[in-house]
Amino acid sequence: MVRKEMIAMLLAGGEGKRLGVLTKDLAKPAVHFGGKYRIIDFTLSNCAHSGIDTVGVLTQYQPLVLNQYLGIGSPWGLDRRDGGMAVLPPYVKSKGGTWYKGTANAIYQNMGFIDRYDPEYVLIISGDHIYKMDYDLMLQHHKKQGADVTIAVFEVPWKDASRFGIMNVDDEDRIVQFEEKPQTPASNLASMGVYIFSWHVLQQYLIRDEASKLSSNDFGKDIIPAMLADGKKLCAYAFNGYWKDVGTIESLWEANMDLLEEHPQLDLYDRDWRIYSVNPNRPAHYVSGDAEVTASLVSEGCFIEGIVDRSVLFYGVEAAPGTLISESVVMPGAKIGRGAQIFRAIVGEGAHIGDNVTIGSPDGSEITVVASDEYISSNQTLMGVE
Amino acid sequence: MKRDQILGVINLIHEPDELEALTAGRCPATVPFGARYRLIDFTLSSMVNSGISKVAVFAHTKYRSLMDHLGSGRHWDLHHRQNGLFVLPPIADDMSDLRKGDLYQFFQHRDYFMRSQAEFVVITRSHMICNIDFNRVVRSHIASGADITAICSRAGEGLPGRARKVKMDESGRIIAMQDHYGRLKSDLISMEMYVMKKELLLELVETSLAEGQDHLVRHAIMGRLDKLEVRGYVYEGYLGVINTVASYYANSMNLLDPAVWRELFFTPGPIYTKVKDEPPASYMEGAKSINSLIANGCVVEGTVINSILFRGVHVNKGAVIRNSIIMQNGEIGIGSAVDHVILDKEVHIEAGRDIRGVHDSPFIAVKRKVI
Repeated sequence: MVRKEMIAMLLAGGEGKRLGVLTKDLAKPAVHFGGKYRIIDFTLSNCAHSGIDTVGVLTQYQPLVLNQYLGIGSPWGLDRRDGGMAVLPPYVKSKGGTWYKGTANAIYQNMGFIDRYDPEYVLIISGDHIYKMDYDLMLQHHKKQGADVTIAVFEVPWKDASRFGIMNVDDEDRIVQFEEKPQTPASNLASMGVYIFSWHVLQQYLIRDEASKLSSNDFGKDIIPAMLADGKKLCAYAFNGYWKDVGTIESLWEANMDLLEEHPQLDLYDRDWRIYSVNPNRPAHYVSGDAEVTASLVSEGCFIEGIVDRSVLFYGVEAAPGTLISESVVMPGAKIGRGAQIFRAIVGEGAHIGDNVTIGSPDGSEITVVASDEYISSNQTLMGVE
Repeated sequence: MKRDQILGVINLIHEPDELEALTAGRCPATVPFGARYRLIDFTLSSMVNSGISKVAVFAHTKYRSLMDHLGSGRHWDLHHRQNGLFVLPPIADDMSDLRKGDLYQFFQHRDYFMRSQAEFVVITRSHMICNIDFNRVVRSHIASGADITAICSRAGEGLPGRARKVKMDESGRIIAMQDHYGRLKSDLISMEMYVMKKELLLELVETSLAEGQDHLVRHAIMGRLDKLEVRGYVYEGYLGVINTVASYYANSMNLLDPAVWRELFFTPGPIYTKVKDEPPASYMEGAKSINSLIANGCVVEGTVINSILFRGVHVNKGAVIRNSIIMQNGEIGIGSAVDHVILDKEVHIEAGRDIRGVHDSPFIAVKRKVI
């Protein structure tokens, strides 16, 4: 095997329970986002733009859609002779096998894969987050600091800090305290779940962690605290940009709406940092003489004869005459019948909304979700399900 | 049809070209069409959707954009372990060889044909825009026992492009074929798509060249209508003959008819093209678009009416686009108006301009022009 300086391990086994029906049949990283992407496209594109050519994708929960989507990694330039993409589900060894018990255990079970590349550093990322980040800059920082692990952090609003892993740092960016979801946070620097480890150090801790019966085998809860307790060098790397955990219906909806700002913080149109994805190969979308589309994203293959305002339409969506789609996310191939009105909703892939159906309300606070391939027959009214 | 029984040939040698500035730096096969495609995508996708897994593109001149577009053939699923896509540029000892006809190049590249086990060849050009199932044609070819099957269309008089006229007798045999300026009265035109056995093609190549003839259609087919049984297969779907500016414009505008959009791009199979990783099109507050085709990567702040926007076009605030075709990465400046124009790739119209062509003769701006 050709030696690699750094390889990435991408955790993509998350069930995404809080996304409800949207993750009934697929893993959270495979959930659609932003009119044509799936959530995992953002981290994979980050790898591509950061010069990382070896990525292990750890899958577990409902991997069928995700596996097919990833293929051999060509859309992200990861179909390589040496390295490239490898999908790593749990497997059976000579002494039996187990599911991935936690994030750290998932890496532990694949130490053999990592060792094949004999890397100096290992990047641990998760396929659940929306952000654009150059991991190479973070690696330079890690090397300059001579750190054992570098954790990417960003400032969250104080009121949200108790939902995150919170870091306290000294003047030299060295982490002096780490608390997972603290009740009274001492800082508002949150972990983004992006780690660069020096591999020989991580290796020891993974083995130690596995031997401990009490451990939950998790990076945030076990590995990082153990390293901190041992006086290892933990450094923070500050990230200033858009970062969002789209783990709930509300945050997924919000993150889609964020793209509709006049100058969105997350720029999808930057030619130097394209977000790569599997392209569906549909014709350009058609807007009819009666259509009105404002403040929205519309993807290829859509056929629009109604009114679309502040919404994100994925590829192949059909909106019949007289429809009104407002502040909503409509996933690939959904068909919206004549006169249907949709407010503040997420309509799943391939859903079929009958004529004159009303979904959600313009002043409602809850987001209404229509599941994939669900059929809503004509003249019904559907409100938020919470 | 058994697997791998059909060999595809897309013949770009001496392709008729009156596309003026649109082919200034490219061959007709790679003229952008339909908001994200190139002309060649239609015949290539039709072949792939018909299960043809070995396709040769006989390139001739100005083929840099062709090589760039086709790449390894991956986007058409033609990068196989066996078979796949073969781009065959002319084999020429000196420049005068480039003037020789397609049969000469078929002869030069005869290895391509000989190395294949396929029994039949489907030979097409790139300027006949349609979505066709070649399997049906080959089945009909076998059933009829014809030597050659020529695919024809009845679209006839209404077509603004240039096409050969064909006369068929009641049994379906072609009894006359003339170049577009000929006086033959017929509502049938040739789609320049021919099906025959590979062995017959190779025989025609050798016998014609030996007689000093080097054009497939003009010499080998039109000259042998009495000796060979050439039958017509009438294709009923949408056809656009695109080899003049007027036909390019008219066929582009036809795409704004939803029935044409649904048929040409989806049935019997999808049309594939090189993908570009553009984000979805973005409509801003105050944007207006009516009866238009808009590709991914566009940013619309102004007004778009009866128009086609390729990928990555930016319509600034107050700009109004009517009856126009704006190719990839074009930019229309603040408050500018364009009507009946075709802007090639990366044309930049600065703020406050007013540019108009007319229906019969749209204004064309060449690639990267700044106005």
